[in-house]
Amino acid sequence: MGLTRRSFLKIVAAGTAAAAAPLAGSRFLGRFRVRPGSHLPALVASRETPGTVVQLSGLPDSGGDIAVAYAAEPNTRTGPGEAGRRWVMVIDLARCDGCRECTRACTAMHFVPPGQEWIRVYEMRDHEAAAPYWFPRPCMQCDNAPCVKVCPVSAAWKREDGIVMQDTSRCIGCRFCIAACPYGARSFNWVEPPHTPEELAKPDDIEWNFRHRKGTTEKCIFCPGLVKQGKLPACADACPMGAIYFGDQVEDAVTNSQGETIRFSELVKENAGYRSLEELGTEPRVYYLPPRKRLYPAPPSEPEPATAGGHR
Amino acid sequence: MPRRLDPFSPRERVLLASLTEAGPGFYALVGLLLAVIAWGIIAYIVQLRYGLGVTGLRDNFMWGVYITNFVFFIGVSHVGALMSAILRITGAEWRRSVTRMAEAITFASLLMGALMPFVDMGRPDRILNLLLHGRLQSPLLWDIMAITTYLTGSTLFLFVPMIPDIALLRDRFAAGPAWRRRLYTILSLGWRGTEAQRRHLERIMGIMAIIIIPIAISVHTVVSWIFGMTLRAGWNSTVFGPYFVSGALFSGAAAVVTAMAAFRWAYRLQDYITEEHFRKMGYLVITLGMIYAYFTFAEYITPAYKMATSERGYLTAVFSGQFAPLFWFTQIGGVLLPLLLLTVPRISWVPRLARIPLLRPAPALATIVTSAVVLLLPAVLPRTAALGGFEVLRQLPFWIIAALGGWLFLTLLPVFRQRPIAAAVVASVLVNIAAWLKRFVIIVPTLQYPFLPIQRAPFGWAFYRPTWVEWSITAGAVAGFVLIYLLFSKVFPIVSIWETREEGHRSEAAPLSAGEHGGVADAPAP
Repeated sequence: MGLTRRSFLKIVAAGTAAAAAPLAGSRFLGRFRVRPGSHLPALVASRETPGTVVQLSGLPDSGGDIAVAYAAEPNTRTGPGEAGRRWVMVIDLARCDGCRECTRACTAMHFVPPGQEWIRVYEMRDHEAAAPYWFPRPCMQCDNAPCVKVCPVSAAWKREDGIVMQDTSRCIGCRFCIAACPYGARSFNWVEPPHTPEELAKPDDIEWNFRHRKGTTEKCIFCPGLVKQGKLPACADACPMGAIYFGDQVEDAVTNSQGETIRFSELVKENAGYRSLEELGTEPRVYYLPPRKRLYPAPPSEPEPATAGGHR
Repeated sequence: MPRRLDPFSPRERVLLASLTEAGPGFYALVGLLLAVIAWGIIAYIVQLRYGLGVTGLRDNFMWGVYITNFVFFIGVSHVGALMSAILRITGAEWRRSVTRMAEAITFASLLMGALMPFVDMGRPDRILNLLLHGRLQSPLLWDIMAITTYLTGSTLFLFVPMIPDIALLRDRFAAGPAWRRRLYTILSLGWRGTEAQRRHLERIMGIMAIIIIPIAISVHTVVSWIFGMTLRAGWNSTVFGPYFVSGALFSGAAAVVTAMAAFRWAYRLQDYITEEHFRKMGYLVITLGMIYAYFTFAEYITPAYKMATSERGYLTAVFSGQFAPLFWFTQIGGVLLPLLLLTVPRISWVPRLARIPLLRPAPALATIVTSAVVLLLPAVLPRTAALGGFEVLRQLPFWIIAALGGWLFLTLLPVFRQRPIAAAVVASVLVNIAAWLKRFVIIVPTLQYPFLPIQRAPFGWAFYRPTWVEWSITAGAVAGFVLIYLLFSKVFPIVSIWETREEGHRSEAAPLSAGEHGGVADAPAP
């Protein structure tokens, strides 16, 4: 074809203005150093097709090859992310029963070092008259991310697909981002993280968020490695209640572990979805549906001693 | 003014004595400081080897003692700009014998302060990333730029007015050790005290004095902004810039008072650093203290009046909770009492205190010390569960200690009235201890009460307790500061020789005549 990646993109964009989705996948394929002349599939995704993210997003099936592709060269920077995508998460607090399967799945998938929880389930109670509820908190992938603003070396940066990435190969460990994050979503490797054989067997890949490195900051990054494979992030996939929806805001569709795919805008509109600490202006990419008419036993009324003082 | 009557040579002899004489006390002190520094370095090696996990810092408390040290040292460093620039511009002639002390404090504390963020870094091996990938929108980069600029500027400001003195040393130490000769020859930059050289010197100093003020203000403003630019309740404050600058000047001025007393005593500079100097410095500290108190009040009253949900946690902890003893010590022991101590020679009712039987020094001191010992005994014993439920009982020791402290203070007040220099030293040491603690109280309570509550923290992660590593490195940094300062005073005269000679003239800008102001190097040798 003799096209560069960029000109290819332009052509695709011009030719398929009616559907924004076709851009999907082409940008990120650039990650694999697709040279001019390589074949790039033009992918058209239907917004109407219900189903999993992979069907909606029209991601190419790269299967297990991704790991192989990364193995050749440790991936430290991922570029702008997937073009035309705006990853978004919706957490239905009415469905969350506090089982913490999300945390466990995340920890297992990313070999999260001890002491860290990249998606932490809080016990919340907004005021005395309200019942307590569970509040899973991943990284909010803020559009106006305080952590990205303060990072002195751009070890934290915002991708075009909405993900706030974190590069542990560049991070100098000043922990300014941890100070800046109002959600407490960032963790620090205070000591050399234990490296299990399973982790060491995997390639060193920023999009899978391992290898972990001493003296650097890490956090949830919406599992771009899995998403690329057309799978849900580990937490959303593991939720037995189907409380965590994940999808693309551009496509306006989110999917949960039960295979339910719903229009994002309608889901949030009809359920009075909100974002955590909206008043701070961080523009999070994680939406919450209020813990109304819960389907599970609430957490104990008296939260842990260390919970005093905060609010949602 | 005795120094004007002094003949040249004895004056120089006194001022240069510290450069040649070194008693056992000096070597003992240097040895002690080196030992403390070595211990701090060992602690840092431990930290490098095992990671920041050896500190008390954890995810919720990502910053602690190191950043406290950073803000503290950078704050103390502000005094150089205050003393040399502001007092120079306003023509305060009494500053002449203390300017260099202040400038040297700036130099030493800036070095230690600038070191602290690197001690705090998780990956000091990637320090070059700050240059390779530095991003200007990060307040950390602003810090680096402001501090390096201020370090360069204040080093120049320390060095340039020293040139005539270095030239004097070059001539005086012609028979001295080779390293001294070489050092002074290089650093004197060929100074001969000619009219043109003096004009240049005055001009440079005049320009520097004006340039250094905005630089100094920028430094502590951007230091405050590593907190002020975050959303955290307690840090998210518009007043942080001026608040930190005022606190910096206050602690720096107090540090100069301590240094003045130390050098006056150690180098027998009674003729050059007089009670008058302490009185004037006292006024400066009082003024800065009141400005600082005003900013503190403004900083706390605005959120405390409203008690917004997000602010309630740390405010309650600071006013009446776990940080209350520290906070109230910084306000009463670190602002109120020092200001009272500095004004004590002027307070007429103080001598009458001595007539109150309860305040007679000997019996009062005996009682206070005994009760303090009795009181501290249960504190070292394991806390009994019976006390657990009673807030008042648990707070009782603090109240008793506070009462004893107040009693001690009133007892000593008449004594301090007789000894204004001792009063100034106690006041300035209190100011600096409180300054360090206040920076701790700015940093840690806010982290204790984030927007989302601290939950599911592993054991020991929900509170911040600094470890021996942090204390050792802190002690090493303080020792490093003292050592740099001490060695500086052994290589260069800590009181400016040529500037104090000019003291007493109407204005330093007055036209110079060869008879009055012969170049220093031309002065007759002793």
